[in-house]
Amino acid sequence: MELFVHGDYEVVRNPDLCIACRVCERQCANEVHWYDETAGKMKAYSDKCVNCHRCVCLCPTHALKIVKTDDTYKINANWNNATINEVYKQANSGGVLLSSMGNPKPYPVFWDKMLVNASQVTNPPIDPLREPMETKVWLGKRTVKIERDEKGRLKNTLAPQLELSVPVMFSAMSYGSISYNAHESLARAAEELGIYYNTGEGGLHKDFYKYGKNTIVQVASGRFGGFKGYLETAAAIEIKMGQGAKPGIGGHLPGAKINEDVSQTRMIPRGVDAISPAPHHDIYSIEDLRQLVYSLKEATEYKKPVIVKIAAVHNAAAIASGIARSGADIIAIDGFRGGTGAAPTRIRDNVGIPIELALASVDARLREEGIRDDVSIVVGGSIRSSADVVKAIALGADACYIGTAALLALGCPLCRSCHEGKCNWGIATQRPDLVKRLNPDIGYKRLVNLVTAWNHEIQEMMGGMGINSVEALRGNRLMLRGIGLTDTELSVLGIRYAGQSL
Amino acid sequence: MRIDARGMHFSALNEIVRSSADAEIEIDNCIGQRYIACGLSGKKITVNGTPGNALGAYLDGCDVTVRGDVQEATGDTMNAGCICVFGSAGDATGYAMRGGRIFVEGNVGYRCGIHMKAYKENKPAIVIGGKAGSFLGEYQAGGIIVVLGDGAEGSPVGNFCGTGMHGGEMYIRGDALPKTLPPQVKAERLERFPEGEAAQLVRQWCDAFGKESERYLSSPCFRLTPDSANPYKQMYTPN
Ligand code: SF4
Ligand code: SF4
Repeated sequence: MELFVHGDYEVVRNPDLCIACRVCERQCANEVHWYDETAGKMKAYSDKCVNCHRCVCLCPTHALKIVKTDDTYKINANWNNATINEVYKQANSGGVLLSSMGNPKPYPVFWDKMLVNASQVTNPPIDPLREPMETKVWLGKRTVKIERDEKGRLKNTLAPQLELSVPVMFSAMSYGSISYNAHESLARAAEELGIYYNTGEGGLHKDFYKYGKNTIVQVASGRFGGFKGYLETAAAIEIKMGQGAKPGIGGHLPGAKINEDVSQTRMIPRGVDAISPAPHHDIYSIEDLRQLVYSLKEATEYKKPVIVKIAAVHNAAAIASGIARSGADIIAIDGFRGGTGAAPTRIRDNVGIPIELALASVDARLREEGIRDDVSIVVGGSIRSSADVVKAIALGADACYIGTAALLALGCPLCRSCHEGKCNWGIATQRPDLVKRLNPDIGYKRLVNLVTAWNHEIQEMMGGMGINSVEALRGNRLMLRGIGLTDTELSVLGIRYAGQSL
Repeated sequence: MRIDARGMHFSALNEIVRSSADAEIEIDNCIGQRYIACGLSGKKITVNGTPGNALGAYLDGCDVTVRGDVQEATGDTMNAGCICVFGSAGDATGYAMRGGRIFVEGNVGYRCGIHMKAYKENKPAIVIGGKAGSFLGEYQAGGIIVVLGDGAEGSPVGNFCGTGMHGGEMYIRGDALPKTLPPQVKAERLERFPEGEAAQLVRQWCDAFGKESERYLSSPCFRLTPDSANPYKQMYTPN
């Protein structure tokens, strides 16, 4: 017996406006809309609707809207509709619930509980339109031994660094989980902006080697696409130990998403599942991690920074301290609201901790131990705006990764159905007819617009604080005050309450 | 060129190997130096002694011969070339290999050939003369692993052979089926090694170590293959 589960959304079509042009029918990969010949009008299977808004956007007469269904079980604060439906779905299929994008549950968002300072009277604000304002940052180890050659000149002993014009990078999204056109948009935008995008764990498509100097390549437990040329092309190499959306588990790209190109890039046969196991099976300790870090450095002659990416979990501070001692140049921490192309619902919604808290405790721990300069810190896992970037830097980050925000710039309305592989916006799909809906010429410009706008905003907020470089904002927690936070939250964040002076 | 590695730090040793213009390099007195030949191509390297972990990681087309045992993660993510070990190998030998060959005269540790993958002409192979530890070929997605089982009583492979295997094949010499084979792995008993790639690999291994190939080829063996390319397909329900 299969219990019917009502969809979450309903398609509402204004019959006075609809001209039965069937655009919505052609646009919907979920096959929601259809034309009823006998009745001579458009109809919809609302149960299949994922609320991706493609039809709403493209309907020439604006005849469509999507509403949350008001179909309901008996009102129950404990057993709400979604909870009941999930039980039904699992009883129907016996399957693990699979979701995508970031954790949508109403957990506290600490970014929204921190307020930024501004200068008044005693130290003047700076006007970024007229005065120099530095948003360039360098990522990498800052500890150097001063060494001189026989003539007494300083030797360059600085470890390799990444130079960013804005403290923002595009976070790891694999080719496979997202489309060729999405990757091209990210790569071109990174190049134009003077920042970096990240290949994710799916290898690097041969067409994109030319963006190498703006590319971070990932090495994950599945080691897809990883070989000398791949490592050599990149500006930096990221070892993926974990991901905020699914800490403690690996990746799994279903065979259905492995077309010829993805197959070639990942170097696995077509149609075969691409599985990245939960652990790297050669890493069970910081010593083992050090081995992978150094094997990558040896393979690339110590010319590229190595990033180690972890999910924000309870012991993030201690783990980060170990990573800082493993030889890594940069630590990337991914918060539990970070996006994903597919993750088990229960893990996405219940495992990990907010990035704000993880960042504050990692930065504090590394400073306490006197090793903060051994690594740079990059944070992601729901950075939604330039204000989040400013707050993250003030909490101790060197730069931020953005993933979901970048996809939004490409048109994604956050329908959270990437795991179905039928993204109507041409982003999280490999279906050629859908992929071509995303035009990289337009997509990359929208990404450039987004980051450029954020850069202006970052400059304005810094100027307001009387700070003229990101370097001077980093770890400057006095620029933050909490609002609506408990004493424990304030102490983890290392900030004072709004209204408390120095 | 010949390098005496006694007392040398790995970074110094590897720098010499990398920057040497010589196509043939012999390293003497190797004692635990890691990452030898890491990512290298176009050289012939002989190591006398015991290299450390990650020998030939990301190897891109060198011939590496080791007169001695090797430690963990030999040929990690190796792409092309050949590693020939006159001795035994440690854990995670050939992790995520994507091309080339690893020939081991003796035994290998745990998790050998885990996550090997293949694409078209890139087809990695590991041939093990003796026994293999548990989790042989775990998550194997392509390529070929041969275990010849010299000196083994019963099956020459440990527990959980082929867990998560979803591509490629393994040949396990002998009459005993590996214990605890996971359900998604199919085992087929053969009277002798079939002609083709498997037999060819056995012959190459025998040539390398001076053994008589017919002795191995004429034995019965099990051919292990995955039942399905998508073993986890039924596990998920879209939410
Ligand atoms: S796109 Fe709009 S006007 Fe065209 S058929 Fe659909 S609802 Fe009607
Ligand atoms: S990428 Fe596509 S499928 Fe995923 S949330 Fe955005 S619109 Fe939906």
